[in-house]
This record gives sequence, C-alpha cells and structure tokens, in this order.
Amino acid sequence: MADKTIVCRCSDVTIEDIREAINQGYHSFEELKRVLRTGMGPCQGRNCSPIIMRELSMITGIPMEKLEPGRNRPPVKAVSLGAIAEQKEGNCHE
Amino acid sequence: MNKTADIVIIGGGITGCAIAYNLAKKGMKNIVIVEKKFIASGATGACGAGIRQQWGTEMNCRIAKMSCEFFETANEVLEYDGDIEFKQGGYLLLATTEKEKNQFKKNVELQNSVGIPSKVVTFDEAKEIVPILNTEPFVSATFCPKDGHLNPFHATLAFANAAEKLGVEIMKYTEVTDIIVEGNKIKGVATDKGIIETTKVVNAAGGHSQHIAAMAGIEIPVYSERHQILVTEPVDPILNTMVMSFTGNFYCQQVPHGGILMGRGDEGEPRDGNINSGWHFMDEMSKCITNVLPALKNAMVIRQWAGLYNITPDRQPILGPVNEVEGLYLAVGFSGHGFMFGPATGILMAEMIMGEETSIDISPLNLYRFERDEMVFEPSVV
Repeated sequence: MADKTIVCRCSDVTIEDIREAINQGYHSFEELKRVLRTGMGPCQGRNCSPIIMRELSMITGIPMEKLEPGRNRPPVKAVSLGAIAEQKEGNCHE
Repeated sequence: MNKTADIVIIGGGITGCAIAYNLAKKGMKNIVIVEKKFIASGATGACGAGIRQQWGTEMNCRIAKMSCEFFETANEVLEYDGDIEFKQGGYLLLATTEKEKNQFKKNVELQNSVGIPSKVVTFDEAKEIVPILNTEPFVSATFCPKDGHLNPFHATLAFANAAEKLGVEIMKYTEVTDIIVEGNKIKGVATDKGIIETTKVVNAAGGHSQHIAAMAGIEIPVYSERHQILVTEPVDPILNTMVMSFTGNFYCQQVPHGGILMGRGDEGEPRDGNINSGWHFMDEMSKCITNVLPALKNAMVIRQWAGLYNITPDRQPILGPVNEVEGLYLAVGFSGHGFMFGPATGILMAEMIMGEETSIDISPLNLYRFERDEMVFEPSVV
C-alpha cells in the first residue's frame, strides 16, 4: 500500500503531491494553492500552511522567514450566507 | 542579464499565454513572456471562471464559440498533464425587465444564426434546470447548455506549459520597468532582471495595461475597476448551471470542487488598483443570492477575493497594433470577459502579428474606434 500522508484535509492533498508540485517549479504558497487547492478549503490553510511552508523551505533552500506566507482572505471564520443577509442594520461592526 | 527576443509578451495571464502558444505553434521563435508574479496571478486567476456563448453582438458570439470549442478539447490539444476542469452545465440568463427580455430574444436569434445552441426557456423549464431558483424577481430566461465553468489556473497553465514545450521562455517574478522606443519603433523592454532587446511587444497586462502602455508613451482609454467574488465551502451538487442576470447584477455557480462561487458589480468599486476585499460586497451579495436561490442560505462563506476588470468605454477589448509605435500590439481592456475569450484572443492575435488574415474579423476592436466614434457596444455584460 502506498504510503500517503494527507497534509491538506480539506482537499485531500498528500505530502507527495506537494513535494511533486514544488519540484515542478511552484515555489510559493500562493502558486501551490492555485495548482493543488491547498488553502482554499474550509480551514483556509490553517492546517496545511505551516507544513507546506516547511516543505517549501526544505526543497528550495530558502529560509522560512524569507518565504512569503499565503494571503489571508476574509471572512476569518466561515459564516452562512443567510446569517449575513439577515443581519439587522446597525449590527455591523466595521 | 540582457538578452534578445523576437517578441516580448507582457503578462502571464490567459491572454499572454494563449498568444505566446499560438505564435510558437505558427513557427515564431524566441518568444518571451514577462510576468510580474506567476502564471494567472492577476485578473485571470481572480476571475469568476465562467464560460459563456450567450452574447449580443455577432463578433462576440463568434469569438466566444471559437473559445468554447477550443476549451472542449484543450486538455488533449495542449497535452496538459492536469485537468482544466471544463464543465458544461450551461448558463441560465435571467431578465428582470421587458426591455431585457426583448434583447434576450434578439440575442438568441443571433446566437442560433452562428450555431450557438441557446434558447428562450419558460420558467417551468428554468426550474427544471435550476430547481432551487426563485423565479419571482424575473420576467424571462434563456439557456445555453454548452456554456459552463473552467478552472482559470489550470487552463492558463495548460497554455503556458504547451508554450514552453514549443520553446517559449516564461520569465516569472520579473517586472517590466520600461518599454524602450526609438524613432517610433520598439527597441526593447527593460525589466528588473535586465533589458530584453526586441522589435515587437504585446501588451497583455490585464489590470495594469494602461501603465504598460504609458511606458511606451501611449495613452489608452481604459480603467481598472475592482470586482469581487465569494465562495462557500464545498457542498453536495445543488447547482449544475451558472445562474446569471445582468440587470439583476449577479452570477452564481457551483464549481466542480463543490464550492458555490458568486459575484456582482458595484458602481462604488475603487478604480485605483485596490484588490483588497470589502465587507459591503459580502453583505450585498448575500442579500441578493439568498433571494434568488433561497436554498443557499445555509451555505457557509469561506473566502472572498477581488480582481481587476480592465474596462474600455464600450466594454469590448482593444485588439490590434498601435500606429504611433511600430511593433507594439494591444490585447487589453477585456472588461471582465478576457478569460473566456482567451483561446480566440490567442489565435486571432497570433494571426494578426504574423500578418495573416484573422479567422474572425476583429478590426472593429482597433484602438482608434473611440476617437472615430465607432464603438462596438455589447448589450450583455455584467
């Protein structure tokens, strides 16, 4: 049985997939995200991001602190369309 | 690190990659794409991923049909080792006014005349196509089963990889700093990695096209406006079709991965290059879509993002040479539909650059139509 370690639990992406994509020349979190969907799922990269950044650093030789992290996008926490639509005027905290 | 090239294409989005691929296929050598970040990192990668053929001008119908037919076989033709995820679940277009209803009728006749299989549908038929649709806000609908969804990253990478296999060089993370013009002729492109000597440049810079044109001393009548999108977490299949309304100001479809993706425009959107997300969009989008597709009220929004529409006065692209600077070509101003037109843009621009007759007459899209008052208005844009 193949030894598969799932790194991105949202989109079932394995460590092998990630290493292969890095070796193909995708050398940033943002590029890997677009190719593999890592960071696009419900966790928005909270689980996979540190592991992917470490792999990027190990394979490319670029120190972690020099790698650009993925861009954080709103909302911070998943929220239903209905909850946003039904909120009353004046309840919004900017 | 200086070098020479037969042509430099500025911009690694679908437009630039498709032009490079087609030029290489026609035998042009020494083609360089210069991309500030990475492939599809700009407007292409931020787009709504919709592919439609339901247009209101004959030229756009032909361009859209050519592109759609290319996408149908793109995995094989481009020998892509991934999947561009072309899903033809159709587009259901919804009219909210009598005027729009009449326009849609005319559009369908036009579309059918060039071989696009669209049709006017009743609300009963619309409900069969999209069972969760609330038809109450609308007056009529049209449907084209061949429209659909396409993954912008993989589609663009498919072109980029195929171009590279044909010898095209792609310089990622390379920023154009100047275009060198001498005696009204292109001499080269200056980048932060050195100068590329060349006599031909294609401006395919999407939301930055006006800044690139300005480097060659050319002012083009475009502005870049932020447009926003949000996506929900993946859910079971519930919406196989893109649901869209121009006057209703929304589009929404479920992508193959399961997320439901939706967007709308807003007159108040910034035009200064800002692509940060705003809360106002999420608020308006949620209100709008839970009215049209009430079943989506429990879908959880996980992400929103934004990109730039590079907009011209008639909301049609500018395709063609710049008379004032020999060797400079524009493939800009796609006004929100550059991704779905990508394959045709690639073919037609390559034909034009090689001095061939273009397979679709795109001469009306020249840069000079605005001052000559020969604009080509398209009634069907968001």
